[in-house]
Amino acid sequence: MLTFKSQQLGFNPDQRSFKERVEELSGENLDLCFQCGACSGGCPMTQEMDLLPSKVIRMAQLGLEEVLESTTIWTCMTCFSCEVRCPRGIDVANVMEALRQLVLRRKYNRVSLDELSPEELRTLPQIALISNQRKLTA
Amino acid sequence: MIRLAYYPGCTLKDQAKGFEDSAHLVAGALGLELVELQRWTCCGTVHSLATDDVMHQLAPIRNLLRAQEMKGEGLVDDDRLVTLCAMCYNTLKRANSVFQEDEERREKIVEIMTKEEHQYQGRVKVVHLLEVLRGLGWQRVREAVKKPLEGLRVAPYYGCLLLRPRGVGLDDTDNPTIMENMVQALGGEVVDFPYKQKCCGSYQTVHMPETVSELAHRILSQAQEMGAELLVTACPLCEYNLGRMQDRIARRHPGFQPIPVIYFTQLMALAFGLGPGEAGFSPNTPDPTPLLEERGLLEG
Repeated sequence: MLTFKSQQLGFNPDQRSFKERVEELSGENLDLCFQCGACSGGCPMTQEMDLLPSKVIRMAQLGLEEVLESTTIWTCMTCFSCEVRCPRGIDVANVMEALRQLVLRRKYNRVSLDELSPEELRTLPQIALISNQRKLTA
Repeated sequence: MIRLAYYPGCTLKDQAKGFEDSAHLVAGALGLELVELQRWTCCGTVHSLATDDVMHQLAPIRNLLRAQEMKGEGLVDDDRLVTLCAMCYNTLKRANSVFQEDEERREKIVEIMTKEEHQYQGRVKVVHLLEVLRGLGWQRVREAVKKPLEGLRVAPYYGCLLLRPRGVGLDDTDNPTIMENMVQALGGEVVDFPYKQKCCGSYQTVHMPETVSELAHRILSQAQEMGAELLVTACPLCEYNLGRMQDRIARRHPGFQPIPVIYFTQLMALAFGLGPGEAGFSPNTPDPTPLLEERGLLEG
C-alpha cells in the first residue's frame, strides 16, 4: 500500500503547475469534479487499485504529484465506464492517460514482453499485444 | 451489389479469420461487397487520448486516405469505410474526429504526410458492419434467413468500444439494442444480461490474466444465469478474453460450465444457411459445434 507524503486538503500554489499539466494533457477541467464517486462505483478494476479513480482525480485536482506512484493509472484499461457515468462530464479515462503519459515520457516501461512465456506469445492475439504495449510502454 | 471499402485490421487475418470469412458471406447474401482496402496498415488498436498526440493519429489517418483514394478510383460506391473489429472501429473513428475537429492537429498531420500523393479531405465515414446492417433494415436480414435460430438462446455481448465513449459508440450507451435486433431478425431468442457492457479486461489480459479471467467469469456466469447458451461479440479481444480464459475459470471455479463465444457474423452466416465460413470457429472458444449440430444449424 502506498503512503502519500502530503495528504492535506488545502491547495498549495506550488502544486499548480502539476495540475495544469494534467489538465492540458487530458483536455479535462479537474475542478468540475465534486467527488460523487460514480466513476469508482462503475469501474470494473477497483479491486486491483490502491486508489479509487475518484481519489486519483481528487489528488490531481490538488496538484499532488505523488498520484503518479499509484497503481490505479496502470490498472485502468480505458473502458470508459467512468466517462459515461460522470455527471460532471469529465472523461476520467483521459485523465488516467495523461497521468500515464507523464510517467511514460520519462522513458519508463510499465511492462515488458520479455516477461511472457513462449506459450503466451504464441496464443495472445496481435490486438492484445499491440494495445498493451501502446498503453503501458514508452 | 453495393461496393464498400473494408478495413480488416491485424487480428482479422489471423485468430479472427473466421470473423472476416463469415462477414464476407453475410455481406454477399445481402447484396454488399466488402472491398478490402489497398495497402492497409495497423490502426494502432487504441486511440491515444493525450491532447498533444499527433504521431499515433497518422496510421489511422493514412488508412482513411487509402479509403478516399479507392473512392476516387471508382472502386467503391460511397464514402463509408466498414470495420468489423470494435477496436479498429473506435480507433479509426476517433482519429477521423481529431482530423475533422481539431484544427491544430489537422494542420500538423497534413504537414507531416507530405509524401502522400493526395491529402486526406476528412470525408470518409467510419462505420461498423452492424451499422450498415441497421441501415439496410432488419427486414432485409430477416428475408435472408434460411435456418431460423429457433429456440437458440443468444446473449449479445458489447464490451466497451462499440458503445463508448459517448458520441463515438454506434448505439445507445446505456441501453443498446442493435445486436438484440440482429438476433431477433435471425429468429433467435435474445438473452439480456446486466454485464453485456462490462469490460472483459481488454489489454490487461497480457500481464494480468488472473484478474481478467475473474472479469470474464463474472460476465459469462451472469449470461448463463440468465439462460444463455451462446455469446456473440464483435471484438477479437473480447472473444479471446471470454473464450480463452474459460480453461482458467474452470480451474478456479469448479462447476463452471463452458459456453461458446462466437462472432455475430458467424451466427448470421449460420442462420443464412451458409455454414460458419471457411476458417471455421476460432481456437479460443469452447467448441460450439455440438450445440449448433443439435439445433440443426450446421448441416448443409
